[in-house]
Amino acid sequence: MHIPDGFLSHGLNAATFVVSAGACAYGVKKVNQKFGEKEVPLMGVTAAFVFAAQMLNFPVAGGTSGHFLGAVFSSVLLGPWAGLIIMTLVLVVQCLGFADGGLTALGSNIFNMGVVGALGGYIIFWFLYRLSGRSQKGFFVALPVASWFSVVLGATAAALELAISGTSPLVIALPAMAGIHAIIGVGEAIITTTAVSLILKTRPDLVSCFHKRTAPSGLAQEGGVS
Amino acid sequence: MKNQLKGFLWIGLGVSLLLALFLSPFASSSPDGLEKVAEHHGFAEKGEGWTLWQYAPFRDYTLPWIENKKLSTAIAGATGVFAIFLIAVGFATCLKKGKVR
Repeated sequence: MHIPDGFLSHGLNAATFVVSAGACAYGVKKVNQKFGEKEVPLMGVTAAFVFAAQMLNFPVAGGTSGHFLGAVFSSVLLGPWAGLIIMTLVLVVQCLGFADGGLTALGSNIFNMGVVGALGGYIIFWFLYRLSGRSQKGFFVALPVASWFSVVLGATAAALELAISGTSPLVIALPAMAGIHAIIGVGEAIITTTAVSLILKTRPDLVSCFHKRTAPSGLAQEGGVS
Repeated sequence: MKNQLKGFLWIGLGVSLLLALFLSPFASSSPDGLEKVAEHHGFAEKGEGWTLWQYAPFRDYTLPWIENKKLSTAIAGATGVFAIFLIAVGFATCLKKGKVR
């Protein structure tokens, strides 16, 4: 889903850059209030894992491949704002180090995969998880559903950007992008749920969103998107 | 507690490295969702004209001077895993330090 240079208009890229930079700045502030000794190395490992897993393209229908995004994974582990920052760091490294995603489209890529993927995905997760009364079953329904939506909504945002830039009309770009990413999203849901389950089995305290259920009081509200 | 966390983090980093070293060379090289849509609907060439940033050391997750494509991807991937780990830890350390205000 990494958009290269040339697909989007400079005006749109500038607009998404401003939105993404603003979200990141607010995210830095939020994370700054929350991060302790434990979160620092955890953020490093999460970012490293997301980067490595994003390299593993799996084949989907019709000679197309997809890969793990990791936005909801990061958000559920460390909170939505840390998730946004992890996605941003990964995207910057991919862009500057690996020519994956154009530098001019960096703002749009952060918007699609960070703002929409990590924050938007987290809102869906949080809503469903709360709806279930924060039960364990609810957690394992909310997690794959939110993961699927993070990919499909990110692709939808990309399709809108392509349409606004005049690269591809919405009637073509939207069904094509959302359709193929609806399949890729299934992979995302499976990988996210598997990885989070494994972590929950060994170190449940590292999954910040799951831990909150048993947290005594007050603090539980803090990580929510307000 | 602290040692346990350390153990877990080493496992996490180790898994990431193993993925990059041994699985990424065998990942599907088919175009991804966006590339496929671009090819299919005739706007792929729009993305091939120019790139603003031309100094990426590991263009397309390879090292140009290594002939063996799989080895090249493995080395690029592992380097990336280390780099992003150090960058994220560094960034998080700055964030945490800012806490004392």
